[in-house]
Amino acid sequence: MSKMIEIRWHARGGQGAKTASQLLADAAFMAGKYVQSFPEYGPERSGAPITAYNRISDERCPIHSNIYTPDYVAVVDETLIETVDVTAGLSKDGAIIINSKKRGDEIRSLLHGYEGKVFTIDAGKISRQYLGAYFPNTPMLAAVVAVSGCVEKDQFLQDMETSYRHKFEKKPQVIKPNLDCLAESMREVRE
Amino acid sequence: MSRRDRLSGNEAIATAMRQIEPDVFAMFPITPSTEIPQYYAQYVADGKVNTEFVCVESEHSAMSACIGAEAAGARAVTATSSAGLSLMNEMLYVAASARLPIVLAVSTRALTGPININHDYSDSMAERDSGFIQIYAENNQEAYDNYLQAHRIGEHKDVRLPVMICEDGFITSHAIENIELENDKDVKNFVGKYEPENYLLKSENPLAVGPYGISAYYMEARVAQAEAMKNAKQVILDVAADFEKNFGRKYGLFESYKMEDADIAIVIMGSSAGTAKAAVDELRESGIKAGLIKIRVFRPFPGEELAEALKNCKAVAVLDKSEGFSANGGQVFADTAAACINLEKRPKMINIIYGLGGRDFTIDAAKRVFARLQKIADGGELGPVYTHLGQRDLRKEAQ
Repeated sequence: MSKMIEIRWHARGGQGAKTASQLLADAAFMAGKYVQSFPEYGPERSGAPITAYNRISDERCPIHSNIYTPDYVAVVDETLIETVDVTAGLSKDGAIIINSKKRGDEIRSLLHGYEGKVFTIDAGKISRQYLGAYFPNTPMLAAVVAVSGCVEKDQFLQDMETSYRHKFEKKPQVIKPNLDCLAESMREVRE
Repeated sequence: MSRRDRLSGNEAIATAMRQIEPDVFAMFPITPSTEIPQYYAQYVADGKVNTEFVCVESEHSAMSACIGAEAAGARAVTATSSAGLSLMNEMLYVAASARLPIVLAVSTRALTGPININHDYSDSMAERDSGFIQIYAENNQEAYDNYLQAHRIGEHKDVRLPVMICEDGFITSHAIENIELENDKDVKNFVGKYEPENYLLKSENPLAVGPYGISAYYMEARVAQAEAMKNAKQVILDVAADFEKNFGRKYGLFESYKMEDADIAIVIMGSSAGTAKAAVDELRESGIKAGLIKIRVFRPFPGEELAEALKNCKAVAVLDKSEGFSANGGQVFADTAAACINLEKRPKMINIIYGLGGRDFTIDAAKRVFARLQKIADGGELGPVYTHLGQRDLRKEAQ
C-alpha cells in the first residue's frame, strides 16, 4: 500500500470537528481516494474536548482503531493546547495546524517539545471576512489540505466548487464567498 | 452498474432500506441507530418511498408493530441499539416463533452499566437465543450488502425467520468510508417481492398467529423452528452466491483470512476483524503463520464449517466483545469450543474478552494476542483460558 495519511482533529463539542473531518473525507473522495472519517464519542456536551479522525489512502484501509500516530493534527480551538496533549504521537515529519492569531513560533513552546512543523491560520478572521460569521471549519479544511497535500490544490478547489454547487443549489450567492474563503485560507496558512 | 459513494454505516443501511422499500417501518430512536429512521423519515417526507412510517412509543411497540404488519402479509422493518434491543426482547421471541421474517437493523452498543453509548456486542449477544438469524458486518459495505440479502434469507420458505443485521455502533454506524452502491432497480430485482404463502389478510385461508401451544404441541413447534434455523445456513449460502453473481462481492458464513497454512489464528467479528487482518499481514511479513476467521453469520452458528477451518491450527484465540458473566468465557468462545470438541486433533483454545463499551482495539493489541498464541503453539503453557484484553492497567493482561 502506498503511503496512507492519518489526521487527527481536536476541537470542542459544537465547533464541528466531525463536520470538518467529513468535509476533508469528501474532498479526498472526490479526488479518487479511499477515505475514513470518524468521530470519537465521549459524553457529548457542548464545549467538551472532542476528537475526530481521517485516514486517506489509495486502497481501502481495513484498520478501524483510533489514530495514535497521526501524520497531521488540526486544532480548531487553540485553548485546547493547554488541556489536551495535541501533539501526542504526532510524526515529526508531519505538522500541526492550529487555528490562532499567533504565529507558529509563538505557540511552539506550549507543544511539549514537538519538533515538527507548526502552522497557524486565523480561521476566525478569514471566516468572518468571507462568510460573515465564525465558521472555522472552512478555513481549517483548506489549511489541512494545503499543508498535508492530501489532495492537489487546484483539484481540491475545483471539486469543492462542484460540491458547493450541489450543496448550495438554493443559495447560489454563498458559493463564491465559500470558494474565496478556501483559496484565501490556502494562501494564509503559515509556519 | 454500481456507483461509488462514501457513506456512514447508518446511511448505507438506510439506503438499502430505501431501495428495498418495505411496506412498514416502525420506529423508535436510540443512539447510535437513530440516524437510520432519521434518514428514512427524510425519504418518506421527500416522497422517495411509499412506506408506512409508524412512530411508536417504545422499542417493544416497534417490534410489536412489525409483528402485526408482517403477520398481515407486509414486509416490516425497524432499527435499534442497546437498551432498545433489550426492551424488544419479549417480542423478538414472538416474531421468531411466529415465523415472521422481519428485518431488524442493530447498531450494536453496550448495555448498562455503567451507562455507555459506545460499541460492543452485549446487546446483540443477549438476543442470540431469540430465534433471530444474526449477520455481522466488518464495515459499511458489508452492512449494506448484508442488508440487501436479509429479506431473501428470512422470507425463504425453508427458513421463515426474522433477521438481525448487525453493524458496530459508531465504529461502523458513524464512520464515513467508500462504498459501492447498487442501482435501485437492480436491488429491487435482486430482493424481489414478498409473497408469503399464508398471512392474516388472506381471506380464503383464515389463520391464527401466536396462539397458545399446549405441551402436546409446543415442542414440535420449537423443533420446527430449530430446523428452520438449520436450513438457514444453506439459504444464506445460496443467497450469497446469487448476490455475488449479480453484484460481484463474495460472502460466506465466515471469512477465512490467510488460514491455508495458519499455525495460530484469531476468531473474531465485526470491525475489529479489519484491524486484526492488518496485524496478520504484519506478522506474515516476519514469517509468522498467523490467520484469522471473521464470523459473519453467528445465528445459525457455522459450527461444522468452523471446526473444519480451525482443525489444523495449533493455537486459536476466540475474541468476544461481550462479557457474558458465565465465569467461563464469552458467547463466541462457547460455540466455537463446542464446535471443535469432537475433532480428532484440535487446537489449544483461549478466550479473550475485549473492546467493551468502546475500548479501542488496535493492531498492537491483536499482535499481543498472536504473541501469546505463538508461545502456546511452541509448546508453552496454556495459561488462563479466559482473560480480558486492553485494560487500563496492561499488567493485568495475560501474556
